[in-house]
Amino acid sequence: MLIVSCPNCGITAEETEFHAHGEAHITRHTVGSSDDQMETYLFMRKNPKGVHFERWRHQNGCGKWFHMARDTMTLEVFGTYSAQTYNPPKDLLAEIDAKRPGWRDVS
Amino acid sequence: MSDPVSALKNATYVADIAEIKEVGPVGMITLRGDLASKPVQKACMTAAGLKIPQQRHCFTQDGNSIAWMSPDEVLIICAYDDVAAMLGKLNNALKGSHALAANVSDARAVFDVSGPSAREVMAKLAPVDLDPSQFTAGMFRRTRIAQVPAAFWMPQEDMFRVICFRSVAQYVFDVLGVAAQPGSEVGVFRR
Repeated sequence: MLIVSCPNCGITAEETEFHAHGEAHITRHTVGSSDDQMETYLFMRKNPKGVHFERWRHQNGCGKWFHMARDTMTLEVFGTYSAQTYNPPKDLLAEIDAKRPGWRDVS
Repeated sequence: MSDPVSALKNATYVADIAEIKEVGPVGMITLRGDLASKPVQKACMTAAGLKIPQQRHCFTQDGNSIAWMSPDEVLIICAYDDVAAMLGKLNNALKGSHALAANVSDARAVFDVSGPSAREVMAKLAPVDLDPSQFTAGMFRRTRIAQVPAAFWMPQEDMFRVICFRSVAQYVFDVLGVAAQPGSEVGVFRR
């Protein structure tokens, strides 16, 4: 079971209070994009065994969205961060680099 | 005008370890907006005499309460009959600012869970650390109760006030009753 900290309301709770909403940081291609781009946006997901970035929502709490970095194999939660961003924060990436050397080659 | 009717008509469940009571009609106003902004803070003060509570806290004064719901939402709790007047004052004070106040009194059901094992009854149903050192009077928590969303706070020690959606009032009353069955105390919070 994941122990999650919501960056919006500061609550740390187990995962049943939250809901996962899939991979994060996906470019939302829209009108004017090519078929390939559209396919990538709609269907192509990394589904890595290891480090993964996801969108989550504090479903039974403050109701706000946020991002989470976690390991899909060990279920370790590296951290959560604001939903209003295109990329994970640098310090979080550095922490993941230290814990999982070489993860960028895999996922 | 017709009389307001609460979801379960003040249904009560009494057991040795806790008493569960549906509180009759309670006035509730949802206020959404930038909680740090002057107009919103001022509106709460002029309409309800309440200041914006700390994150995840509930602040009570002169019978009115204000609860922190999310970074941009508070819930004002007052007497059912005061809602219309208070909402008018709020909207007046909020004129021109980006905020919304709505009467949600009839959309919710409110329960009181009291008794020596009230903490245990709640702890059986919600994924919240209710240890007396972690959850104290004045704190406010939105979470789930068994399978439905709910929120609660402790007006005083050994007493919880629970808010849930009106449509799941019977479900919440029933699961609270199951958690408070005679002989089901665990004694985990006994000091």
